Amino acid sequence: MTPALLDVRDLTVEFITRRGIVQAVQHVNVQVAKGETVGIVGESGSGKSVTSYAVMRILDRAGKIADGAITFSGMDVRDAPESQMRDLRGREMSMIFQNPRAALNPIRKIGHQIEDVLLQHVQAQPSDKKAKAIEALKRVRIARPEERYHAYPFELSGGMCQRVVIALALACQPQLLIADEPTTGLDVTTQKAVMDLVVELTRERGMSTILITHDLGLAAAYCDRVVVMEKGKVVETAASTTIFKSPQHAYTRKLMRATPRPGVSLRDLLPEDAAPSPATVPTPLAETADKTPLLVVSNLVKEYPRQGATSTLASFFRKKDQLPIAENFRAVDGISFTINRGESVGLVGESGCGKSTTSMMVMRLLDPTSGMVTFDGEDIGAIPAKEFAKSPMRKRIQMVFQDPTDSLNPRFTAVRAIADPIMRMSEIKGRDAVRARCEELARQVGLPVELLDRFPHQLSGGQKARVGIARAIALSPELVILDEPTAALDVSVQAVVLNLLEDLKHSLGMSYLFVSHDLNVVRLLCDRVIVMRTGKIVEEGMTEQVMDAPQTNYTKELLSAIPHPPL
Amino acid sequence: MNQRPALETAHIAATEMAAAAGAVPPDAIIPVSAPKQTSLLAHARYVIAENPVTGIAFGLFVLIAVCAIFGPWIAPYDPLASNTTSALQPPSAEHWFGTDQLGRDILSRVIVAARLDMAIAVSSVALVFALGGLSGTAAGFFGGWTDRIIGRIADTIMAFPLFVLAMGIVAALGNTVTNIVIATAIINFPLYARVARAEANVRRDAGFVQAARLSGNGEYRILLTQILPNIMPIMVVQMSLTMGYAILNAAGLSFIGLGVRPPTPEWGIMVAEGAGFIISGEWWIAFFPGAALMLAVFCFNLLGDGLRDIVDPQRRT
Repeated sequence: MTPALLDVRDLTVEFITRRGIVQAVQHVNVQVAKGETVGIVGESGSGKSVTSYAVMRILDRAGKIADGAITFSGMDVRDAPESQMRDLRGREMSMIFQNPRAALNPIRKIGHQIEDVLLQHVQAQPSDKKAKAIEALKRVRIARPEERYHAYPFELSGGMCQRVVIALALACQPQLLIADEPTTGLDVTTQKAVMDLVVELTRERGMSTILITHDLGLAAAYCDRVVVMEKGKVVETAASTTIFKSPQHAYTRKLMRATPRPGVSLRDLLPEDAAPSPATVPTPLAETADKTPLLVVSNLVKEYPRQGATSTLASFFRKKDQLPIAENFRAVDGISFTINRGESVGLVGESGCGKSTTSMMVMRLLDPTSGMVTFDGEDIGAIPAKEFAKSPMRKRIQMVFQDPTDSLNPRFTAVRAIADPIMRMSEIKGRDAVRARCEELARQVGLPVELLDRFPHQLSGGQKARVGIARAIALSPELVILDEPTAALDVSVQAVVLNLLEDLKHSLGMSYLFVSHDLNVVRLLCDRVIVMRTGKIVEEGMTEQVMDAPQTNYTKELLSAIPHPPL
Repeated sequence: MNQRPALETAHIAATEMAAAAGAVPPDAIIPVSAPKQTSLLAHARYVIAENPVTGIAFGLFVLIAVCAIFGPWIAPYDPLASNTTSALQPPSAEHWFGTDQLGRDILSRVIVAARLDMAIAVSSVALVFALGGLSGTAAGFFGGWTDRIIGRIADTIMAFPLFVLAMGIVAALGNTVTNIVIATAIINFPLYARVARAEANVRRDAGFVQAARLSGNGEYRILLTQILPNIMPIMVVQMSLTMGYAILNAAGLSFIGLGVRPPTPEWGIMVAEGAGFIISGEWWIAFFPGAALMLAVFCFNLLGDGLRDIVDPQRRT
């Protein structure tokens, strides 16, 4: 066997923290052969990113390689001088980061940024740098590269930015590419396009790739071999074709179980040995109630003025050949739908399709330009968003936010966050009564009561999500809007939270409007699905019907872009 | 791990343990078996141990505070009693900082002056924090006309040379300590308003603000209970920095003869009075109050950084 291009042996990485030394990575072995694509899969905190940082020697100051050896094409990376490493990074091994926008300099033209890399590693001369940069853009399939050469990162979409980052990473023809969650935050269709591009480009040049991801489906679809990590240790290494058919380690099996996929129910996501949750017996509270729809949205429109469209100064300075800017931008373009009592409706679409704007308008945090939002027979769309906080309807519609960290005030403890709606809008008064209600809610959402006095940064992602859910259900609302409530969570935590939401829905008789880009998650939780694109509804129907027999091309495209683990 | 309740089912504990076990940045490490919350005192001790300069600044601050509160009792001599027989004496065992042209003990005067200087600085900073901090937060949070009006007021103030503006205000309003406080607050207004505006602006559509709206909070309540506590850390740093500036400003006004009048002990006047004697060799009359002024400004500037670390709950684990 030829020696591996990258050989990580017995790697241990330590971080010096206030609470002493933390071993983020313990005795990890990873080999990458030439031309091979290896996936490192694990949940947050599993040490997968730290491993790759150690390989690039870009650990932050608190971290150090405590033990083990890293050999890259015969060279010892661990003890190489910094000057040599600087030369190696970018030319021999390069990296694609999670957030493409953060990886690009926002005030420099992308063409110049590519030139910088080329010049740094003596891959181009000042005379031919522009041609080479355009060539690099062309290789990552950026349309009209001569024009895009002059673009700034903010002028490009997320997927386009990631292509530029790939162009940067591949500009010097490295032997090893490390992709750290390269498609997190991108839409499924963009994810597919970006991953296909990475795989094609690396295969073409015989490059090796390390793909770091939390998504088993993605790893399965694009990797030759998969390394599964848990808590800083490698628990399983196998070819991707075998690991999904016969996972050996319990953790791999658990991860695979928790990944939402077609043909499984919500309960199947939980590990086999999990105790059945107390509220598994669905009590059809709402179905016996009246059959009038809870929420009726009709012809809802939200327009935003385009920047400078109405300004006379702007029109004066606009170049003659430039097209006049359309008057207004329609984020939501006349949509209508209903939600019945006790029903879960999924609102699906890619970023920018208007699903969040729609949910904000239904939530009455944003005023619609036109159209009606009728909740339980009352036109709540007519109440201005600023006044709605005082309306008695406020407590009947609540929301669980996308990012559990962002939606909790960092200076409030968990109990204060949950108590806020109770103190403002419920009949419960008095310190002890509010506290008792908060504890009851915490128990309902499975949050240990002793965690109530902690600040958000002292809680894990799953616990913060529970605080957010407890706050949303504190007033026993009738409609809860779930805005990608699990997007920031690991799959195993996601499985638990989704089950919790399902149980709560039955025990409290709520209706859900579930906003998501992840069709597999929507499939698990929703009775009906609405697919949106550019502000319009393209398809609507029962979940099974839309998922299994999509009518429109767009839905088909969305469904086919999801990478599936070969199960 | 044993502190975890049995309430939570095994699988949740397992997954969240995974999240907690080996996170990358120290901030991301969730204390699983840690005590509920470190007390403020223990945390302050940690911050000081981590950064000895903060410790020095705190020591200085305590010294200044003691002088300000107990000044008249700890001063060895009456700061106003003149004694012409012992005028212009250099520092000695009897008079540590020497005596001035009227034979008053400079050490006593420096100690007693701390109260007045601190009172001016603290009240002007409190005033500007209330005015500038609140209006800046409102400007950042509400935007629109509120923002425009407050922004232009700040710009107008900044268009003047600030010390000259302070001089003008005191000269116009009258030569009193209250007017020094008001003048110092007005010239610091743009600094507070701008910092508070920027901090409030980035948070106006944060998730927790939206969540507070859903909880039935009105806009003013959100401003006060959600936004303001979050911009406190940066405001505390700002206050500490402008505190030094306020002391300098008050002393500067006194130095040129505005505000506090002799024979009141005040660092600025004392420097002004002593300035004439430096040429003739009696350096101590101006030097010691000047040094006190410098140390006070120095102390508050250093304190800013330490305070930020202490009041920010994210730094506490």
